[in-house]
Amino acid sequence: MTLHSAKIGQPVSRIDGLAKVTGQARYAAEPHPAGMLYGFIVNSPIARGRIEAIRDEAARAVPGVVEIMTHLNRPHSALSEKSYVDGLGVPGSPYRPLHDAEISFNGQPVAVVLAETFEAAREAAMRLEVDYERWPHNADFEASLHQKYMPGKTRSNYVPPKSRGNAAEAYALSPIKIEGRYHLAPEHHNPMEMHATTVIAEDDGTFTVWDKTQGPQAVQAYLTSALSLSKDQVRVRNPYVGGAFGSGLRAQHNVFLAALGAKMLKHSVRITLTRQQMFTHVFRPEAVMDIALGAQPDGTLQSMIVDGVTDTSRFEHNMENLVIWGLINYKCPNATADYKVAPRDTYTSSDMRAPGAATGVNLFEMAVDEMAYACNMDPLAFRLHNYSDIDAMHDMPLTSKALKEAMQEGAERFGWYNRPMAPKSMRDGKELIGWGMATGIWDAMFSPTSARATLTADGRLHIATAASDIGTGTYTILAQTASEAFGIPIEMIDIELGDSTLPECPTEGGSWTAASAGAAVWLACQSLREKLFRTLGKSGNISAWLTEGLSNKTTVLQDGFLQDKGADENLRLSLSEALSLTGQDRLEVEETAKPGLRGTISQMRKARFTHSAVFCEVRVDEELGIVRVTRLVNAVAAGRIMNPKTAASQVRGAMVMATGMALHEESLMDERVGRFMNHNFSEYHIPAHADIPDMDVLFVTEKDKEVSPLGVKGVGEIGMCGTAAAIANAIFHATGQRHRSLPITPGD
Amino acid sequence: MRQFSYSRPDTLGTACHIPDHTRYLAGGTNLIDLMKSDVERPEHIVDLNALSLSQIEERPDGGLRLGALATNADTAAHPLVSERYPLLASAILAGASPQIRNRATNGGNLNQRTRCHYFYDPDMACNKRSPGTGCSAKGGRNRIMAILGTSDACIATFPSDMCVALAALNATVNLTGPEGERTVPLRNYHRLPEDTPWQDNILCAGEIVTSIDLPPLGFGPHHTYLKIRDRLSFAFAIVSVAVGLQMGNNTIRKACIAMGGVGTKPWCVPEAEALLAGKTPSPSLFRDAADCLLQGAVTDRDNAAKLKLAPRVIIRALSQAAAGTPQSQTQKTIF
Repeated sequence: MTLHSAKIGQPVSRIDGLAKVTGQARYAAEPHPAGMLYGFIVNSPIARGRIEAIRDEAARAVPGVVEIMTHLNRPHSALSEKSYVDGLGVPGSPYRPLHDAEISFNGQPVAVVLAETFEAAREAAMRLEVDYERWPHNADFEASLHQKYMPGKTRSNYVPPKSRGNAAEAYALSPIKIEGRYHLAPEHHNPMEMHATTVIAEDDGTFTVWDKTQGPQAVQAYLTSALSLSKDQVRVRNPYVGGAFGSGLRAQHNVFLAALGAKMLKHSVRITLTRQQMFTHVFRPEAVMDIALGAQPDGTLQSMIVDGVTDTSRFEHNMENLVIWGLINYKCPNATADYKVAPRDTYTSSDMRAPGAATGVNLFEMAVDEMAYACNMDPLAFRLHNYSDIDAMHDMPLTSKALKEAMQEGAERFGWYNRPMAPKSMRDGKELIGWGMATGIWDAMFSPTSARATLTADGRLHIATAASDIGTGTYTILAQTASEAFGIPIEMIDIELGDSTLPECPTEGGSWTAASAGAAVWLACQSLREKLFRTLGKSGNISAWLTEGLSNKTTVLQDGFLQDKGADENLRLSLSEALSLTGQDRLEVEETAKPGLRGTISQMRKARFTHSAVFCEVRVDEELGIVRVTRLVNAVAAGRIMNPKTAASQVRGAMVMATGMALHEESLMDERVGRFMNHNFSEYHIPAHADIPDMDVLFVTEKDKEVSPLGVKGVGEIGMCGTAAAIANAIFHATGQRHRSLPITPGD
Repeated sequence: MRQFSYSRPDTLGTACHIPDHTRYLAGGTNLIDLMKSDVERPEHIVDLNALSLSQIEERPDGGLRLGALATNADTAAHPLVSERYPLLASAILAGASPQIRNRATNGGNLNQRTRCHYFYDPDMACNKRSPGTGCSAKGGRNRIMAILGTSDACIATFPSDMCVALAALNATVNLTGPEGERTVPLRNYHRLPEDTPWQDNILCAGEIVTSIDLPPLGFGPHHTYLKIRDRLSFAFAIVSVAVGLQMGNNTIRKACIAMGGVGTKPWCVPEAEALLAGKTPSPSLFRDAADCLLQGAVTDRDNAAKLKLAPRVIIRALSQAAAGTPQSQTQKTIF
C-alpha cells in the first residue's frame, strides 16, 4: 500500500484484520486475570411461576465450586426497577436478574455457579436442583394477538404512523385491490461470538468489565445504576466484538450477573453464554402485517392500509417501526397504518439488524409485487410510477433520494429489462426460473459523538472515541477519515475504540456510527491541525519558510509532513520535528460533532433515508419446491461511501442474513413450555455457502451535504431491507405461487 | 459435562469388557456434544482409537470391508468406494460438513443419536434420553421428526445419511463383544422405538462395531442419493432417498431403496423393492413404489410436509437411478 491510498472513499482493507486473524484481538471472554472464577448460568425450564426450593448439595459437592449465587444469597443490587433501565429505553419493567423467586420467561437465569474452572461450574449447574411452582402462561403468538395493545408510553425512537386522505373509502372505491396477511417468524441474532463478560476485580476495588456489547458507556451506566456503584468504579471495554446485529444493544444478563458475582466474592469473574443460552435473551419479534392496497387500472396507488403487530414480553413493551415504510416511500393520496404489540410470556423481543424495517419493508414489498401483478404492470415500472420524491408520510422533503438511479443501475446490471412479465414463463430443465425485485429503505441517522485527537512526540496521531467496531470496519473508516482530515498516512494513526473512559459516543447501532463517529473524528483532526499550526506560529524558533507559510496560510500538512505548497520538497518538517519545535510533548483536542455545530449539519427540516433496489434470480425445482437463489444484485444509495470494500461487505452480509430470513431462519417456539426449541446452529439454519450466490453490490452516486457532516448515511442495515422480498417475489415469478409467510421452506 | 474416567485400550478383548455406564468414543463428533449438553452422562469413556479398525479392503467375495474407525472423509474418498460404491460416497458427502466428516468414523455414524430437539434438551421430557418421562416431540415442534416407524413413546428421526445408503446396499455389520463375534444386516441393526426408544440399535453391552461389509453389487451409474433439506448444505434430511437399480434391457432387474429423514431408522420396504423388479421404469410404476414405501406413515403437528414431499422425492430418485444420472452433491441442481 502506498502512503496515499488511505483517504475517504478508498477500498482500504481492515486495519484490524491482522490482529483478528492472528488471535491478537482480545474479545470479551479472553482476558484472563489471576484467580478468575468461571460463572455458569442455570436457566429456568418453565415460562411462568416461582422458585419453590433450591437444593444445591450435589452442586456444591463438585470440586472447585466456590459459590452458587441465587436470589436468596445475592449481594445487594438496586431496588427500583428504574435503576435497571438500559440505553435502549424499552418502556415497561426491565428484567432484574436474580431479583426474586418469580419466573417470567423460559430460560430466565435462576442461579449462577461460580467455580475455579469452567468445567466445574458447568457440571455443578447440571447438578443443581430447583423446584418450581408453575403458573399458566401464554407463549403462542396467535393467541397473544387477542391481547394486542398500544403501550401508554412509547419507545423514544418510535415513529407513529400518520394517516393521509381517507384510506378506507379510497380502498372501497379502488377498481383494483389486493389484501392479505403477511407473516415473519421470530429470528435470533446469533452473532459468531457468544455473549460473554469478564469482570476484572482490580486491586483498588474497581471493576474493569470486558463485555460483548455495542455500547460500553451504556453498559457502564447500566451497571453503576443497577449495582449501586459509582461511575469511577466501573470501566467497560469492548475493543473487539464478534458480530452483534443488535443483540449487544441492551446490557444482557451475562454482564449483570458477572458483575454481581464479582461484587459478591470480590473476585474476577467470567461468564460466557453457550450457543443454547443465546436463545434465552433477545430475538427479532414475530410479526404479522395485514396489508390492503387499492389502485387504478393504470397502476396508480389509491390507498394503502397497513395493520401490524409484533410480539413483546409481558413485562416490557418492545416496539418497532413496522408499518410506516410504505407510507413514507410511496406516493399515494390515501394511506393509514396501525401498530400494536402482543404480549407473550417470553423474554422481551428486541432490535435485530434493521429492526422494524427488515420486517416491515420486506413484507410490504411483497404486497407491492402482488399489486403490480394485479395491475398487470412490471414490478419495477409500478414502483417508478408510484415513486415519491419526498417523505410522503410526513409530507417532508428529503436530504436526498437516489432510489430512481439505484433502480435503473441495478436493473441494468441485472438485465431486468429482458424479463418476461408472466410468472412461470422461464424454465431450464426441471427448474423454473424467476426474477423478482424490491426496494429498500432505512433511516440515515446521526447522533452527537465526541472524539479525541492527540499528536505524540513520535509523530503519531492517536484517535479515541467510545465507539464500538462490531465487525463492520469502524477502525478502518475512522483511520481513513483521520488520514484525510489531518494529512497523515494511515500507518501513522492509532485508533482506540471500545472503552467507556473514551470520549462520549452513542451505542453502535442504527447504521449511524460511520456518519457520527466519522464526523467527530473529522472535526477533531481538523481542530488538532489548526492547533498545531497555531502553536507553531507562536513558537519563536521555526524556520523562515514555515513562519512565512503559516502567516500566508500556504503551509499544508500532507502525508505526515508540514510543507509549503509549491515550495522546495526539501523544505518540509516531520510531525515529530514540528511537535518538538512547539516545546510540548503532545498536542490534544477533543471535539463533539452535533447537528448544527460549526455549521456542519443543516438544521433544516428534512427527512433522511438510505435507499436500495434489489434484484434476484431464483431457480425452483417445479416438483420438489426446492429454491436456489442464483443471482442477487443490490444497488444502494447511501450518500458518500467511506470505504467501498467494507461497505460492500456490510451490504453483502445483510443480504446473506436476508436470504436466511426469506428461506431458512426461524426460531421454533414450543408454546407449551415457552421455549425456542431449535436452540443450536444445527437446527437454527443460517444460510450455508451453498445457499449464497455471487452477490453484486453497487453504490450509486448520491451527493448529500445535509444528511451528515461528511455526507455519509451508513450501510449496516440497508442490505436487509428489500432483499428477502426480492427473493419471495422471484419465487412467485418462477412458480406463480404467492407465499406470504417467511421463511419459505421445503414443503411450503 | 460431568466427571468421567477415561481409558484407551489397545486390544478388542480389553475394549469389550467394560463396567456399566460406559460409552465408547470414536470420532467424538456426536458423543462430546451430547455430554456438553448433559444428554449423555457416561461415568466411563473407553476410547477406541488405539484399535486397528481403520482399514478399507477388498473381500474374497468381491465386496468391500470398511473399518469402523475409518473416517467418513477417508471412506468417501477411497478409490474402491468412490468407483465401486458411488452411492455410498455420495450419501457420505451429502452429510455434515467436511470438518465433521474428517473426524467422524463409520462405526460412529451407525451409532449416532437422533437430533430431535427434545432429546437434546434435558429440560424436556424424552423417553429416548430419560426412559419413562414421556415424549414431548409429540404435539411439539416436530417438523424434523419421523413419519414412519414411530410409536407412542418416540417419533425421533434417525439422522444418518451414510446408513441410508448402507441399507440400500444391503451392507452387513460386524460386531465383537464379550460373547464373541456376530454379523447383522444393516437393515436389522437399528431398532424401531416401540416402547423402548432408548435402545437405538441391537448392540449389547460391551459390543463394538468392528467393520461394515458391502456386498459385491454396487449398481454402477444406476444409483442416486437424493437429499432434501432446509438449506443446500450442512443440514439433516427432511427426506432422503438412496436407490440402487440393476438394469438390463430397460428393465429393472433388482431394486434396492432406503429412505432417510422420514423414519425412526433407515427405512426399507422389501415389498416396494419387489414391486419394481422385472418392470420397465415409468412414472406410474415409481408412484406405486412411493405409495408402498410410505404405507403406514403417520404425521404429527408440524411434519405433514414430509409426507407431501416424500413421494415426489422417491419418484425423482428412482428416475435419476433408472436414467443412470445420479444426483451430484456439489452441483445443487436436481436433474
